Amino acid sequence: MSLQLDFPAVLERWPSFLAGAVLTLELAAFATVLGALLGTLAAVGRGTHNALISGACKVYVETIRNTPLLVQIFLVYFGLASLGLKFSAFTVAVAALTINVGAYTAEIMRAGFEAIPRGQIEAAEGLALSRLQIYWHIILLPAIEKVYPALTSQFVLLMLASSVCSQISAEELTAVANYIQSDTYRAFETYIIVAVLYVILSLVMRAGFWGLGLVLFPRRRRLGTPL
Amino acid sequence: MGGHLNINHLMFLGQGALWTIGLSVIALIGGGIVGFVIALARISPLKSVRIASAVYVQLIQGTPLLVILFLGYFGLAAIGLKVSPLAAAGASLTLYVAAYLGEIWRGCIQSVPKPQWEAAEGLALSRTQRMLKVILPQAIRIATPPTVGFMVQIVKNTSLASVVGFVELMRSGQIVNNSLFEPFAIYAIIAVIYFAMCYPLSLFSQRLERRMGRGRSNLAPA
Repeated sequence: MSLQLDFPAVLERWPSFLAGAVLTLELAAFATVLGALLGTLAAVGRGTHNALISGACKVYVETIRNTPLLVQIFLVYFGLASLGLKFSAFTVAVAALTINVGAYTAEIMRAGFEAIPRGQIEAAEGLALSRLQIYWHIILLPAIEKVYPALTSQFVLLMLASSVCSQISAEELTAVANYIQSDTYRAFETYIIVAVLYVILSLVMRAGFWGLGLVLFPRRRRLGTPL
Repeated sequence: MGGHLNINHLMFLGQGALWTIGLSVIALIGGGIVGFVIALARISPLKSVRIASAVYVQLIQGTPLLVILFLGYFGLAAIGLKVSPLAAAGASLTLYVAAYLGEIWRGCIQSVPKPQWEAAEGLALSRTQRMLKVILPQAIRIATPPTVGFMVQIVKNTSLASVVGFVELMRSGQIVNNSLFEPFAIYAIIAVIYFAMCYPLSLFSQRLERRMGRGRSNLAPA
């Protein structure tokens, strides 16, 4: 039996594909921003001298990093439901992805914090900078600058992983594909188109982060170190 | 409908866990073989081979595993091959793992210090001899910790094979849940089992990394 592909039959659904791609980007954007905040907090928490806080942060990071995202999504989905809380699938997806990417971000940020030379903090103290100023200018921003490439690839991976949210029927690109393939019986064509769209989305995200890096870290551009 | 979680359900989950391990091993071996070829192709002297392998890596790394699984499952069926979920999942995971391991290993091969390459060339070793006798033995040492770390990703990613109907741990959890309908408890058990499989690998990878770090500092010139 030979393979017969009929792309036009599927491509005429392009508005749905486009809407799905936009929803995937939205999902990824929400989870990236919230996850970056959560992850930074967890990284700071892990570095504190309070054993309870640093222990809790460690348990969070290790639990998330050693269980599959699919299981985490189901746990959040049914966990919230069993507490009697009703949210849209999209909200649950954002929550689960945030919790997930927060743990990975925490590990990356921790590496960034550890790479800050002790002497720079002492120098800042010598210059009578306040604790907040030291945290912001000497620790946080340089740490982000150091781990920026690792962070951005983690966020691109998150966008790809968001496809798993189709399993709790959250509206995004893969869910759209599942619907279209069950409607047209053209599964192979549908998923090829979706795969191409994901490749384009990841290229767009990488280009976006690269541009953002140029704006955020002008020093890097002057020094000529690649992002 | 209803009923309580009993020993039979747990046995069923245990069987699923064994299939998760089985699928992980298949993905590791298949992905390792293809990934090794990719790693060598990425540093090939032929430009066309380098470009082709780079395109492969970029395409796979830009596509979610879930979509690759669907493509494997429906795609192989579309060319008229009747495939079992195991074959579809094994093939898709192999292609996926190969792209990532290929990139990891390329980095490891290239991080073997330049003088080693030059010395091997100076000793008039052929390209194959230089790879087999000088570069690869050192690259394997460098590659061990990240490879063990990536095995955690493989184990976790096999959970996606549940969507094409392969009964591994995740799918067996869903089946048990369909009869008991206690989703939170069952998925919590599933999470614990995954954790029990992945955490030792994570710890092992960290320990290997630390040991390597020590070896490195000993080698540093005084």
